[in-house]
Amino acid sequence: MRENILSIIEKYQKDHRRLMDILIAIQDTYRHIPDEAVDILADQLDLSKVDVEQTISFYHFLSREPVGKYAIYLNDSAVANISGRAEVVQAFEEELGISFNNVTADGLIGMWDTADIGMNDQEPAALINGAVFTKLTPKKVKNLVAGIKAGKDIPDLVTEIGEEVNGPAALSTMVTNNIRQKGAILFSDDYEVGQALKQAIAQTPEEIVTEVKQSNLRGRGGAGFPAGLKWDFCRQSGGDEVYLICNADEGEPGTFKDRVILTELPKLLFEGMAIAGYAIGAKQGIVYLRYEYRYMQAYLESILQELRDQNFLGKNIAGKAGFDFDIRIQLGAGAYVCGEETALIESLEGKRGEPRNRPPFPVQRGYLDKPTVVNNVETLCSVVQVILEGAEWFKSFGTSESAGTKLLSLSGDCKNPGIYAVEWGVTVQKLIRRAGATNVQAVQIGGPSGMCIGPDQFNRQLAFEDLATGGSLIFIGEERDLLGDFVVNFMDFFIDESCGSCAPCRSLNVILRNKLLKILDGKGTNQDIDELYKWAGVGRVTNRCGLGQTAANPILSTIENFRHLYEDLVETNENFVSTFDLKDSVAESNAAVDREFVLPHKTR
Amino acid sequence: MVKKDEKISFEIDGQTCSAWAGQPLLDAAKDNGIFIPSLCHVQGLKPAGSCRICNVNVNGRNMTACTTRVSAGMVVENHTPELNELRKTIIEVLFVSGNHFCPSCEKSGNCELQALGYRYQMMVPRFPYEFPVKGVDARPDLIYHDRNRCIMCKRCVRSITKDGKHVFALNGRGGEHLHVAMDVDLASQLTEAEAQEAMDICPVGAILKKEQGFLVPIGERKYDKAPIGSDIEAQNG
Ligand SMILES: Cc1cc2nc3c(=O)[nH]c(=O)nc-3n(C[C@H](O)[C@H](O)[C@H](O)COP(=O)(O)O)c2cc1C
Ligand code: SF4
Ligand code: SF4
Ligand code: FES
Repeated sequence: MRENILSIIEKYQKDHRRLMDILIAIQDTYRHIPDEAVDILADQLDLSKVDVEQTISFYHFLSREPVGKYAIYLNDSAVANISGRAEVVQAFEEELGISFNNVTADGLIGMWDTADIGMNDQEPAALINGAVFTKLTPKKVKNLVAGIKAGKDIPDLVTEIGEEVNGPAALSTMVTNNIRQKGAILFSDDYEVGQALKQAIAQTPEEIVTEVKQSNLRGRGGAGFPAGLKWDFCRQSGGDEVYLICNADEGEPGTFKDRVILTELPKLLFEGMAIAGYAIGAKQGIVYLRYEYRYMQAYLESILQELRDQNFLGKNIAGKAGFDFDIRIQLGAGAYVCGEETALIESLEGKRGEPRNRPPFPVQRGYLDKPTVVNNVETLCSVVQVILEGAEWFKSFGTSESAGTKLLSLSGDCKNPGIYAVEWGVTVQKLIRRAGATNVQAVQIGGPSGMCIGPDQFNRQLAFEDLATGGSLIFIGEERDLLGDFVVNFMDFFIDESCGSCAPCRSLNVILRNKLLKILDGKGTNQDIDELYKWAGVGRVTNRCGLGQTAANPILSTIENFRHLYEDLVETNENFVSTFDLKDSVAESNAAVDREFVLPHKTR
Repeated sequence: MVKKDEKISFEIDGQTCSAWAGQPLLDAAKDNGIFIPSLCHVQGLKPAGSCRICNVNVNGRNMTACTTRVSAGMVVENHTPELNELRKTIIEVLFVSGNHFCPSCEKSGNCELQALGYRYQMMVPRFPYEFPVKGVDARPDLIYHDRNRCIMCKRCVRSITKDGKHVFALNGRGGEHLHVAMDVDLASQLTEAEAQEAMDICPVGAILKKEQGFLVPIGERKYDKAPIGSDIEAQNG
């Protein structure tokens, strides 16, 4: 083992900033990070053991205990739950004779819960050693387990291939991309790689920045910061070492549009990155790819090589002397917060994904403390059309404050889940119709960190000036238990995914979730609803990053828009003492006399 | 970052203050006799911005004073009912998410969390107690680490080293698993003075020296005599 681990460390030049790559390689080989590896790492990188462990323990897919030769990670998002996850869990447990979050005695198979894997349009879905298995059913589970027990390799377990263009065919994955509506900006029919890049290098970097500024292109990753302005700030920071990072962490439950772009339009993305690199003067671009999407890594690497062969990446790109730019892919290891740009940078540097205190902003001091632009996948793709067709053309789509189109991930209770390229300004109502959703109780806009609205607001528009979103809508049907099935799931998600640095984010969300459970358990009062609402407002103004600032949104927005659901659950009898539970209190004496204590009159 | 050749003036709650440009707001306030509560900040260490108690309003936005650097003309609100309420809320959150049974704790009277509880007039926390069971690590000879009292301010994580290596580090993440882990091998090599330093850097009673207790009787300790922050405010007359 020692030799092997040393060679892995050597492969990354003993560089502690490449700790993530090193750890992922060790995890892949040994199915966990063994004690010996921690010792060797600490010794070789001149760290203490607790330092090495602080990085390992931060990431969901790195583990100190063996996860199984075949590690099954089953998505536990709310939409997976309403799509039959429970039956799938039961089938796995029956086939294997162990319960979830355990490994079989022979170490062959481990089964684990995992946060949203970006497959909301084809749930229940699981990752097995990096490959994606979608639309699972008890029957599929039986076949899978039989295949695994027979010792089949992962590719041989993939029996269905998802449809849609170049991506999935070359990928041989089960994932289907479900492109339901194409738009002119991302899915233009006459796109030919390299055209925009050639057009760009005929201009100065300043002119490119100006064009992007004039297009009013705003970030598609959620925060909506103007892309051209960000690039300009970066240029102003100066220095000859500048980095461009593409944020492909896409962790917001319900969002899967970047998955589709990455597999269907990788050239568009990489071309956008090269243009951005040219504009800000970066020589190095990095795609931070979420671990859940590693099934596409080899494919993306092959596309990068193709582009290098065509001289659209590399040195003196497209014949432009001195324009050098290349792209590498860096994997995450399972942490939603690493989508936050400064946490992402920390992770890229081989550390825990803890968001940084700002200022300084990444454009001032980012990756390796150098000026860095972080942009979302979709933002970088949009740049290509801005260059090809011009800022005015781009602005002809959308609304006055939200230019262009937006790729939306629609899922939940609807007939046609998938992605839709729409112009900004589209109403929720229209999307409900297109997705074939009926009897909609609520729509979750922008994932758990966004907001939950009811029918009285379905006429609102998706736009930065109305309902701003990084790109997803989850339809929630009338038959669902909105609070029990969705809000609790969302709160659990944030509690697990908080980096834990800020006291209110780390601890107050647990308190909120527990109070919500108390109400759901029929032990709440009106006072509990009021307190819940009040306490839920604290994180927004006290926490450091967007995660903590929005983590209580599931509670805040459902109390605002669905207060009746809470009121239906609480006890209004003023003699009710919420901390006293009669059933619990008499449980012991019931057991002693072996009979149920019956109340003289009915309570709850 | 701090420009020791450039004095600037700014304002806290209407009072004109002066400081070196780029100084952390928390330190600058202190130099001007103004108390902004803090738990994770230690002058000279890289600001962590993790306890969030130093929340102030800077030019209309909520910011943490330990991570904000002063600039000319900055307008800061500090002692407002809203901010004090937020701080009190955070103090209560910290109390219930650990086991802070002060009468039995060696740190009582020297504990910054307890002192802030008094200063912000916490009678009883509004939140239910969680009574976490996070364990005690008493393996090193000279110190022990009671995780149930740890408020994860990262002061020890940032400062205590042995041979240049961190003795304490975070472990896990999130609301239910994050804790501070101690490197037992390194911690066992700490000298008497280093062990004392570890105990002293901890604002609460999570890192304590073994076989030493109540050298100063309760009632005569730091915050038994004067509320936390009063020394700073005394400069202001
Ligand atoms: C908790 C959290 C998670 C985030 N996740 C993502 C993500 O997965 N992808 C993304 O592009 N932006 C994400 N963001 C936003 C990024 O911080 C950043 O604003 C964005 O990548 C900038 O790119 P853009 O301006 O092109 O949108 C996240 C933010 C927060 C607070
Ligand atoms: S708000 Fe939450 S996730 Fe963000 S830095 Fe603070 S603790 Fe970490
Ligand atoms: S042990 Fe003490 S100093 Fe270290 S993080 Fe916990 S409370 Fe802070
Ligand atoms: S003292 Fe500023 S966040 Fe803790």
